[in-house]
This record gives sequence, structure tokens and C-alpha cells, in this order.
Amino acid sequence: MTPLAAPPAMHLLSGARTLFYKEVLRFWKVSFQTVAAPVLTAVLYLLIFGHALGDKVQPFEGIGYTSFLVPGLVMMSVLQNAFANSSSSLIQSKISGNLVFLLVTPLSHWAWFVAYVGASVVRGVAVGVGVLAVTIWFAPLHLAQPVWIGVFTLLGAVLMGALGLIAGLWAEKFDQIATFQNFVIMPMTFLSGVFYSVTSLPTPWQVASHLNPFFYVVDGFRFGFFGVSDVSPWVSLGVVAAGLLAVCGLCLRLLRIGYKIRY
Amino acid sequence: MHVFNPGAANLAVSFRGVSKRYSSARGSVQALDDVSFDIAAGEFFGLLGPNGAGKTTLISILAGLSRASAGQVLVHGHDVVADYAAARRSLGIVPQELVFDPFFTVRETLQIQSGYFGARADPRANDAWIDELLENLGLADKADANTRQLSGGMKRRVLVAQALVHRPPVIVLDEPTAGVDVELRQTLWQFIARLNKEGHTVLLTTHYLEEAEALCGRLAMLKQGRVVALDRTSALLAGRASTMLRFKLDTPLPLTLQANARVTGRIVQIKTRNAAEVESVLATLRAAGCQPEDLEIGRADLEDVFLEIMHGVPAHGLSQSPMQVSA
Repeated sequence: MTPLAAPPAMHLLSGARTLFYKEVLRFWKVSFQTVAAPVLTAVLYLLIFGHALGDKVQPFEGIGYTSFLVPGLVMMSVLQNAFANSSSSLIQSKISGNLVFLLVTPLSHWAWFVAYVGASVVRGVAVGVGVLAVTIWFAPLHLAQPVWIGVFTLLGAVLMGALGLIAGLWAEKFDQIATFQNFVIMPMTFLSGVFYSVTSLPTPWQVASHLNPFFYVVDGFRFGFFGVSDVSPWVSLGVVAAGLLAVCGLCLRLLRIGYKIRY
Repeated sequence: MHVFNPGAANLAVSFRGVSKRYSSARGSVQALDDVSFDIAAGEFFGLLGPNGAGKTTLISILAGLSRASAGQVLVHGHDVVADYAAARRSLGIVPQELVFDPFFTVRETLQIQSGYFGARADPRANDAWIDELLENLGLADKADANTRQLSGGMKRRVLVAQALVHRPPVIVLDEPTAGVDVELRQTLWQFIARLNKEGHTVLLTTHYLEEAEALCGRLAMLKQGRVVALDRTSALLAGRASTMLRFKLDTPLPLTLQANARVTGRIVQIKTRNAAEVESVLATLRAAGCQPEDLEIGRADLEDVFLEIMHGVPAHGLSQSPMQVSA
């Protein structure tokens, strides 16, 4: 009945694929909470801010405020949900103790990284597409440079998926994840130029905005829609890629040493 | 660093000078101190010790959940750190804690766990094995139930199924019957005994010493992180061939007998070496006016041996050598 040899060595991706599938299935089983709710939140932002400011603000020449707002809301949703996916999954598994099922497997730190971050990208993109699909009815949009849209969506989601993984490894209770989310991620995404063009800000706030890495993700993403942005998309790409390398490097290092998960 | 030791490949598990020290702001604790022993392929091996003796720490190091401060652990010759993937493919761990993932059904849980080990490369064979596990562990009618809807006993069965789902040659059970009903215990032990007969190595920790005595061919006992006994179960029992005088008593036990007695409610057990000692105990009881009921004389069981070793042997007085090792 039972062969006694150890199961043969497997390809890196076969275990990672299962973990990726499990992570996607996890959020999909509660998709009302993980996908539909953030889409509704973004639509409410669009309706309220669009109604309040639509006639008074024109961030770029020839582009109405509501149209300007849509890409920002889409990217903010991608970023926040990519972060939420990996961080909440890991902290739930740590606290409930079921992370042990994963810790006893032969999966490498690369497999963990690819699977958790991959699932975060899927959730971020699913929410982003949902927001776009609904908000597009409220404001005319065109795709000036679609490649940039894809590039910044992917880079932003990977960045936040990896950052969520780091937060999940670091945190020992839900409170710490909530703190990270509410006092770091939320303000940085809100203040990244989602609701305004940073050129409209006083100089000190412009400087502060340029120190916020999420500003470059939003600005580069918006360039893909309008062909205009606050800074060159190449500058944004450079800043985001550098941040991505740093965050992914740290994340892989923490996974390799089993930071706060293997004692 | 040592990765694969072909000489140790016929050993299922090999602990070599394993030590573990936990450090914190409040000081440090030596959880394991130079633990060394081997488990041959196909053995049913028991790891015993009181709470805090280091059993779970040792198993955590074996499973890769924890890292040894010193020493080495091999699984079929593979180092659990340097060659962790090969070592973990050979291991099936049933954790002590009753944990589960509330998002998935029982079948999904088992399919996912298989996938981590690459066992879904042949989904039909894997599904057939999952069905066999569900049947043997009495879970067939719960296959499509969410794990959070299961009773504690059923969750425990799922944990066992998860550990076996990739068909590991070495099965590690960390107190698998803690707090479960008689039916599950019987189902579980029948199934594990069958797997052991088919050649699987089993490493068991338990507080139920009658289970260890009935199932384990060889035992190690840990005390304060050190091995204080390591031998065949039969040899451990024979090596302490004392008899136990057991009776029930409603009145207080005479003071002169209390030092050597184990009292559980009304039941008193006193270790005796020969008939003269039995007579002496009975005479003392008579003289004190005690009227023992249900008097019987039996051989010492593993619990007696365990208590004698745990109370009689200072862990740090043993230096490097455990009490007795028979080849």
C-alpha cells in the first residue's frame, strides 16, 4: 500500500504552485470581503470627491478631476489589497498555529516568496480591475501608454505583496498588523497623489510627496492613462524598481532565516 | 557542513549531541542538553518525559520548526538544516496543538498538503490515497465538511491524515491522543500499527504510558533536557523486576509506608522486591488497623519504571551516558 522511500525531489514550482493556489483560494472564498468591499469603498471615494471637487479642480490641462481620480483610486486599491493579502494570511496562520503545516514542508524561501507575493498580485489586480470596471462609467478614460499601466500595476502589487509578507513575519499579533496598515500604509497611499496633483501643493509638501515611494507608483500608473504626469515615468520606474529590489531582498532574507517563524 | 551521511541512511532518525538553549531578557533556559540517540528504520520508538522535559523541543528541531543550538539531526541520512528538503519529505509530523485552517474543507486541506510535497504530480494516485486515509481514519463522511465545523476528535484525525498524506517513511506523533476519546485512540493505533508493520518508522511522544508500553519497541526518557533512559521497552521493564502490591484503602496509609507508596485516590501501590517485603507491608497495615480491599500483586508497569527513573535519577548526575542501552 505504502511505498517507504521518501517522495522524490520536486521542482521548485510544484510546491509553490500549490501554495499560490491555496492563497488565491483563501481570499476568493471570502471575496465579498476581500474584493467586493474594497471596490465599493473606491467607488464611494469617486462619487464623493468627484461630486465635491469635480467642477473646481483640473489637475492636468484637458483632464477633468473625476477622470484624474480614477487611475489613482485604482492604484491605491491595488496597493492596499496586495499588502492586505499577504500580511493578513501570514499573521492569521501564525496566530492560529496552522503555519506549522507549511513550516514542515520542503518548500524553499523562494517558493514561499513566489506564492505569497503572486497571490497578493492576483488580489491587488482583481480589486484594481473591479474598481476600474465600475468607475469607468463615471468618467471618460483613454489608454495613452498601456504598457506603463501594466508595468506599474505589476511593480506596485509585487512591492506591496512583499511588504505585506515582511509585516506578517514581523508582527506577533493582529494589533501590530493593524498599526502598520493604518499608520504607515494607509497614510502613504492616501498622500501619494491619488486625490490631487502634487504640483498643486506648497513646496515643502511637494518635497515630502517626492520622498514617498508610492507617489511614483501612482504617478507612473497615471501616465499610462493620460500620457502626462508630475514626474517622468522613467524616474518613477527607477525609484519603484530600486524600492522593489530593497523590499524583495529583505523579504527573501527574512524568509530564508525563518524570521519569527522558526525558533 | 555535513549534508548526506550514507552510513546513517539505514537509520530513520539520528540525534547527535543536540542541545537547545532559549535566551530571553529574563535569562536563558537549557531545553536540551547533548541529546544523542538513533532510531532504526521500521522501529516504533517512544519518547517519554514529564512536561518541560524537552520532548516537543526535540521534535520541533527534527521537523525544522526550531533550530538546535548545537549538534545535528539526520533523517535517513539527510541533515535537517543543510538538506532540509530531503529530510522533510521523509517526515510526517502530527503536531501536539489542535490546529486547522478554517478556510478549507477536509479534502481541500489534504490536497493542499499533498501539493506542498509535490504529491499532486499524479492527482489520481494522490486522490486514491486521500480516500484511503479518510476511510481508515473515519473521516470519509466529513470529506467535504469545513475543518472548523469538526469536533476536536475529528480535527485530530485530520491532523494525522495531513501528516500521512505525502506517504512519509517516518511518522512523528507528538501526543496524538491527548484529550481524545477511546474510539479515536483505537482507530488511530490500529492504523499506525498497520503502517509500522508495513515498514514505516514511528516516533511517538505520549503521556499515556500504557500506550507507550503496548506500542513501542524501544523507549527514550528525557528529564530536564537529557536522556536518562534508553532501552528496549521489555528490557526497561525487566530491569526493574520488582512487584507492585496494589490495594484499595479507605483509611490513611501508615506513615512508615508512605515513602514508597504511590497513592491515587483510594488506590495504593507499593513497590516490593520479594514475598518477605509483601508480608512486612501487610503486617504494618494490620498493626495500624487498616483493612485493604481488592489486594493484588502484579509486575511493575511502565508507569512504575517511569516514576522510578524520573524521581530516582538526577538528570545531571548521569553525565554522558543514559541508564542502560541494549543493542
